[in-house]
Amino acid sequence: MSKMHTPAMEKIEKKNAKRKKPLNPTPAYESWKRFRRNPTATIGLIVVAALILVAIFAPLIAPYDFQTQDYAAMMQKPSAQHLFGTDQFGRDIFSRCIYGARYSLIIALFCTIAAFFSGGLLGIIAGYFGGKVDTVIMRIMDIFQAIPMIMMAMCIVAVLGNGIPQLVAAIMFASMPTMARNNRAAILRVRGNDYIESSEAIGCNQFQLILKHMIPNAVGVMIIYFVGFLAVSIMMMSSMSYIGVGLAAPTPEWGLILNDGKSYLTSAPYMMLFPALMIMITCFAFNLMGDGLRDAFDPKLK
Amino acid sequence: MLKYIIKRILLLIPILLGVSAIIFALKTVTPGDPARQILGNDATQEQIDAKREELGLNDPVVVQYVRYIGGVVRGDFGDSYRTGEPVLKEILPRLKTSGVITLGAVAIGAFLGIILGILSALKKYTWVDSLVLVISMFFQSVPEFVVGLVLIMVLAVNLHLLPTNGIENPLGYIMPMLCIGLPSIASYTRITRSSMLEVLGEDYIRTARAKGQTEHNITYHHALRNAMIPVAQSIGTSLGNSIGGGMVVETVFGVPGVGKYIVDSITQRNYPSILGGALIIAIVLVVINLLVDIAFVLIDPRLKTTIISGGASRKKSKPAAA
Repeated sequence: MSKMHTPAMEKIEKKNAKRKKPLNPTPAYESWKRFRRNPTATIGLIVVAALILVAIFAPLIAPYDFQTQDYAAMMQKPSAQHLFGTDQFGRDIFSRCIYGARYSLIIALFCTIAAFFSGGLLGIIAGYFGGKVDTVIMRIMDIFQAIPMIMMAMCIVAVLGNGIPQLVAAIMFASMPTMARNNRAAILRVRGNDYIESSEAIGCNQFQLILKHMIPNAVGVMIIYFVGFLAVSIMMMSSMSYIGVGLAAPTPEWGLILNDGKSYLTSAPYMMLFPALMIMITCFAFNLMGDGLRDAFDPKLK
Repeated sequence: MLKYIIKRILLLIPILLGVSAIIFALKTVTPGDPARQILGNDATQEQIDAKREELGLNDPVVVQYVRYIGGVVRGDFGDSYRTGEPVLKEILPRLKTSGVITLGAVAIGAFLGIILGILSALKKYTWVDSLVLVISMFFQSVPEFVVGLVLIMVLAVNLHLLPTNGIENPLGYIMPMLCIGLPSIASYTRITRSSMLEVLGEDYIRTARAKGQTEHNITYHHALRNAMIPVAQSIGTSLGNSIGGGMVVETVFGVPGVGKYIVDSITQRNYPSILGGALIIAIVLVVINLLVDIAFVLIDPRLKTTIISGGASRKKSKPAAA
């Protein structure tokens, strides 16, 4: 077919060329647009990006080493030398908080990935295959769910000992039922759609079906859970470290820094103020971002 | 209905067997000899051997497990390694303390959450809605122990209004309740808001408007009552969940509840107490969930189909906020 060049057509083409967005926006682009339009979500994203930068460049930002003890400068109030003050061992709290971003974010990321690869995968399998597989997996998850999440995590740490891999394992096991349930629901929502049935009818194999049709359609919801769980795992890990059933002492994890300052709550409240703020800001940012993602990927939910 | 209740009670058995198996498995893989822990480091080898024999630690794990389950059926959850008292006897008074705190916390969280939820549903897509969202999200982002620390700083240390620690004074209950209650606002707000929005779009609301009912009556008589069903259900489930979830807060405030008992047992590696505590909490949780479901079928017969056909898998997991 030859191209027609009426003036009207040219006008439209010109107009289209001027438009920044593609004419047929992909679903991902549409989501991104919705996300950007949401001010709180954008703030969340910016804060998270800033925290990631802080975590990456921690050695450059932090003025002191996070575990060097300086007995000449113990329990100092916040000042120009020590922005957040120093603790009872003379360690610079600012540096510890900065390195804390590194530890907390990485551990949270590992926890979340581990949780997705255990509970999440179980949920996807249960949701996809249904029937007996579903019943068996979900009944087992019911058993796990009868133990409160944080209690389960603490029991596992009690058995395995304090440390980063142990903590990741504990949070992974503890979150398994929730993760499985969420991911199962995400897959089930996709599974019920007509296009899945029609792909089955035209002879798609299971591999194609899962990879090409189900995952891309469920991935939005899964990303929401992923971001939400980052906040949950930071809160769990700091709570556990705070009451002494989490990470081991010199690690500059925010909960542990709070635990160090515990005895000085009345005399030196600044020791607890800043790490507490870091936890709050981080989780708040993740939650804002997660909520924005929820609206962006699934406007119907709002 | 009776058949359903019996079925649900029978479903408890595999869950409790599973829970005890999980914790029993954790106990057996733990390094360290419980006999040595009870007797201390100066005990002779003979004493330890005798104690191991007495505790039945030399038997195969399966035998130990079956013996334990046998005891549980008769109401014997084992004896604490530390005090030698039966675990059940130690836990029951603590369960009452935790129960009081849980009730208070859920009341605070639900009250504030419902109010905020109604507010944001009525003013949807305005700045009020966004503000409520941000407030509830903020509380969701603060770990319970941080709320606790802030409350201690402000209410106890600076204003001297409340005691920092313990519950000898009934005022001591207030801060733990706030600590568990405030972070839970977010989920109630969200459920109330979406449920309200859904109900406000129903036909009978339009009918009410058409017959000239006042907006006030529509909101509080027609919409709110129907919108409260999912909210009440989530209150029911969180009652069960937060009884064992108060471990951190109870530790922060030194409240002698089940949570603190288990944390203490974990740090002391007092396994019969951990096992017994976890099992009792699991029983309480599952029983509360069962009672909530039954109560709802009685209150609202329409739910019969969803609850009964959904069975145990219907239980909603607690979103976010750990």
